Amino acid sequence: MLDVAIAYNRYRFLGNEFLTWVWYTLENRSAQLVEIDADLSALEIGNRMVLENRRSEGLETITIKGDDAGLEEGLLALKKGALVTEMNLIYRSGDNTWQFNIKGESLNVSSFKTPETAGTQTKEDIEGAVLEKIFLYEKVILFIEGAFGHFVRLRISDDWDKNIITQMKQWINKAS
Amino acid sequence: MGLLSQSVSITRYRVQGQLEEPVLDTIARALKCHAILDIDNDAAEKSCGWTSFENPFAPEFEGSNHLFGSYMVFSLRVDKKSIPTKILKKHFSVEETKRLAASGRQFFSRNEKKLVKEEVLHRLSLRIPATPHIYDLIWNYEGGKLWFFSNLKAANEELETLFAESFKLSLIRMFPYTAAEMDSDLSDSERDRLNQISPVTITGQT
Repeated sequence: MLDVAIAYNRYRFLGNEFLTWVWYTLENRSAQLVEIDADLSALEIGNRMVLENRRSEGLETITIKGDDAGLEEGLLALKKGALVTEMNLIYRSGDNTWQFNIKGESLNVSSFKTPETAGTQTKEDIEGAVLEKIFLYEKVILFIEGAFGHFVRLRISDDWDKNIITQMKQWINKAS
Repeated sequence: MGLLSQSVSITRYRVQGQLEEPVLDTIARALKCHAILDIDNDAAEKSCGWTSFENPFAPEFEGSNHLFGSYMVFSLRVDKKSIPTKILKKHFSVEETKRLAASGRQFFSRNEKKLVKEEVLHRLSLRIPATPHIYDLIWNYEGGKLWFFSNLKAANEELETLFAESFKLSLIRMFPYTAAEMDSDLSDSERDRLNQISPVTITGQT
């Protein structure tokens, strides 16, 4: 295994490609996400997306924020060579909703909100509340691990170079 | 940020290695040994250690009170004293004036000033209480997974250092490369391919 600091910087692109692929997949092949996680009812882009373009001279950052924000600027940025570096996702399972930000370079999760849980009134309630929260966090964490693992296997397969890249380019062209 | 908060941040880790049996006793011993030390009446500027999830200001690791189901739940606490620059400047100036008057001299050398400053800092550190920062964690020992409830770089570095010191186990942060290596069940040949990949252009230009 590579040195951790070197690996972090060398492979940060992999996380950004992953988030870009997630966007493409949820727009075009959402059934694939259900194959990864059978409990998933829907995955949607939430209220924030950050894209970065490192290919042109210097670094260009595009941030899209707001509950009803359109993603046209994001698609245009993709067309120019940007990748998604951070996104807010809404994960739905049954009647429940989870919402979180995920960063491409670290795969860190932030602003992570789970479905509401019962409050804690007594000391005895705490263990139950903690276990319930763990169960709720795990739902999304397992989804991220499963989706990323699926992406990695796809990314190193021949299918990536032969088909997926072309299909993603077609989507960007058609949508922007 | 507490794990029961409305909104949390999580950094994922893998834990590698095995603890001495019985595991729960080994963990309790390590937590007690590296529990946070109070520095409110001490000149130390910073203290870092483990504390209880349920009672972070009176850490207690007796029995299995850090065990929730099959998960270990406890917290990292970092206490820091930050003395505002203006307060330090004021106290230094008062002390310097007092000492110059007592010695009958016009000024102090750079080294003498440094010593006065250190003394003032020491005195102020004894008077100023430390600000506690508490970060919860969940450790699934059987699964070799740990979730740390902060994305702050400094807090994660404190965790990695203290965890290694306390448990003598490796804590590996999950980011794209480590997650691909450890979470994706890759074969040797797939791992070789992973080590050779480089960024691709996914622009609309075909």
